[in-house]
Amino acid sequence: MTDLDTFRTETRAWLEANCPLEMREPVRTEKDTVWGGRDQSYMTPAQKQWMDAMASRGWTVPDWPKEYGGGGLSAAETKVLREEMARIRARNPLNSFGISMLGPALLKYGSEEQKLEHLPKIARGEIRWCQGYSEPNAGSDLASLATSAEDKGDHFLVNGQKVWTSYADKADWIFCLVRTDRTNKHNGISFVLFDMATPGVSTKPILLISGYSPFCETFFDNVKVPKENLVGELNKGWDVAKYLLGHEREMISGMGLGGTGGKNPLVVGALATIGVDHDGKLADPLLRAQIALFEVRAKAFAAQSERFIDELKAGRAHPAQPSMMKYYGTELNKARYELVMAAGGSDELEWESEASNGGREARAWLRTKANSIEGGTSEVQLNIIAKRILELPS
Amino acid sequence: MPLYLNDEQTMLRDTARDFVAEHAPPSHMRSLRDANDATGFSRDLWKQFAEMGFTGILIGENAGGLGLGHVEAGVVLEEIGRNLSPSPFLSTAVAAVEALKGSAQAERWFPGILAGDTVAALAIDEGAKHRPSVSMTAERAGNGFRLTGKKQFVTHGHVADLLIVAARTAGSADDEEGVTLFAVPKDAAGLTATPERLADSSLAARIALDGVEVDADAVIGDVDAGRDPLNRLLRAGRTGAAAEMLGVGGGAMDMTVGYLKERKQFGTLIGSFQALQHRAAHLYSEMEVARAAVLKAQQLLDAGDERADQAVSVAKAMTGLATTLAVQEGVQMHGGIGMTDEYDIGFYMKRGRVLAEMFGDANFHADLLAKAAGY
Repeated sequence: MTDLDTFRTETRAWLEANCPLEMREPVRTEKDTVWGGRDQSYMTPAQKQWMDAMASRGWTVPDWPKEYGGGGLSAAETKVLREEMARIRARNPLNSFGISMLGPALLKYGSEEQKLEHLPKIARGEIRWCQGYSEPNAGSDLASLATSAEDKGDHFLVNGQKVWTSYADKADWIFCLVRTDRTNKHNGISFVLFDMATPGVSTKPILLISGYSPFCETFFDNVKVPKENLVGELNKGWDVAKYLLGHEREMISGMGLGGTGGKNPLVVGALATIGVDHDGKLADPLLRAQIALFEVRAKAFAAQSERFIDELKAGRAHPAQPSMMKYYGTELNKARYELVMAAGGSDELEWESEASNGGREARAWLRTKANSIEGGTSEVQLNIIAKRILELPS
Repeated sequence: MPLYLNDEQTMLRDTARDFVAEHAPPSHMRSLRDANDATGFSRDLWKQFAEMGFTGILIGENAGGLGLGHVEAGVVLEEIGRNLSPSPFLSTAVAAVEALKGSAQAERWFPGILAGDTVAALAIDEGAKHRPSVSMTAERAGNGFRLTGKKQFVTHGHVADLLIVAARTAGSADDEEGVTLFAVPKDAAGLTATPERLADSSLAARIALDGVEVDADAVIGDVDAGRDPLNRLLRAGRTGAAAEMLGVGGGAMDMTVGYLKERKQFGTLIGSFQALQHRAAHLYSEMEVARAAVLKAQQLLDAGDERADQAVSVAKAMTGLATTLAVQEGVQMHGGIGMTDEYDIGFYMKRGRVLAEMFGDANFHADLLAKAAGY
């Protein structure tokens, strides 16, 4: 047996022993997802047990170094762990922007003190992070951001407003882009970290078409940020921001995968509503054809996601490839939910009923429409692919 | 196993890329077409394929081949696709070899395939659309069988030394059971092959078998159990056609992106127009996703994984969709010259159409996947 085979055998046994059966059920609502943070309340003891078990091995962030709370696994071992988790349909023990976005940026650009201070708390789910990027006048043109950070000797004084800050009202800390030089657009931006409990920080949730408020407006009124919370060099925050955006796009592209393993919820839903004909085929042949052709792309994209991760870990992926993943994955997810709604008919239009689980699919359908806007619109991603991968002229 | 080519596979790709581009570029296909070539490919080139070892990629080392897999065969097929090279590689060295593997017929035909002397053709389709049903009959006669019926879309069928023929030894056309696969030599009495020129200038035969008698040892595998070798043939053929389509679609895309960087209108390069940039970037995305689907299918086939069937259908359907987009965008973005015979982009459109149809189109495979998923 190779070392990897041994690792697989041991991992399989460990997961079997430590993943509660309840944590192998599909995620049904937002409350089934553990985000961590000071205010984390667990829906069930199994959620906490599973999170703690994984965190104790560093497996909430398996490929981070052990000294920062990670599992220290190689790319191949990480892939084995993911495969073994998928095999028993284990839930992700901890989701967070700390893991998917800030962590990779700190590993690359953070000081040793910053890594030791922040990464273990992310790995253990103790601190929940939000992202202060977009502003009312800086959306697709993110580098035109105006939130200012004035040098006051030992600290920056931050003033301004962010928008579309995901879960700002639930987050403990923020990683934030601020302007430290007004004379230079891209080279006048810095990347800072601060506690959302700092005086002068306030948030206001934004009600969306889904009826939910996952995003906030975030206001900074004379917020004092210690100088040691600057990540990377002063005025070089755009490099950190771009690097982090690549990871954000990877994360959002994952939504195109839908549920992995197990029964396909789109198909299960369509069969339940529409039934089958005498040949055992979905009784609406045109919808069946649409679903079947959609599934070709969805399954091919699952392969592409695997390939992308493999190439990324081996340092073989084009640096702009996350833009392709983000573009394709989000457009796919929107298409999936159009089919979910078509399959569900008027049942899925109910917004509040018990049968519709409080309009779960309808709200999820509307939520997907933000996928191709947040983290850089589909059109921005296409611009990036055209310029950086295809090298088309300006 | 990571989902990218390993070092050996990358070396093979580089070798194949250089070799095919040098010996069989699009101009090679064009000159065969212009000469109204009656064979459909160059026999010299087929010999060279053998000398390079390509024809033995899927043949085991104990039988004198390279003992490699579908990833490696696909690497060669992608270059064939990119160069639009007419070649019996897919039907002979990939699909027929997989069908014959492990049967008594392998010993008879593999040496010729390894030497680049033998060409095989696949007599599977009976109607204009690829379907699983088999109507051609094979009645027991003396020591063997008598085959009667018609086949079509048999690429290289008019010059092949060997025809792999699916016929029915029991049951009726749509039955899963009762199919037998035969290796029929070209000189069999009662066999007529009528070559038809297709849109892409390739030659595919309509085959008529009028009481063709073969010995019992012409059976590949077991009588009434021909679905096993037939499915091996189809898995290999579909995956191979998908790999060739990656080359066709990729070649069309590269040509088109290149054109966007040199063609000027309104005093500027047309590649600077966002309307075209977005279409090109979308096409790139579709082709990347198709590439992943193909490599996944090849790896699962090589690993003998039970999920291979599904992955093969995904690969064939996805490359059909992506390549169809690539060739259409190619002609459109080339504008008027894209419609001229003088320019190669139209050849990519024609070849893409033929491969999209071969061994089942995107709709056929989407339907297979839906059935397998219980809807």
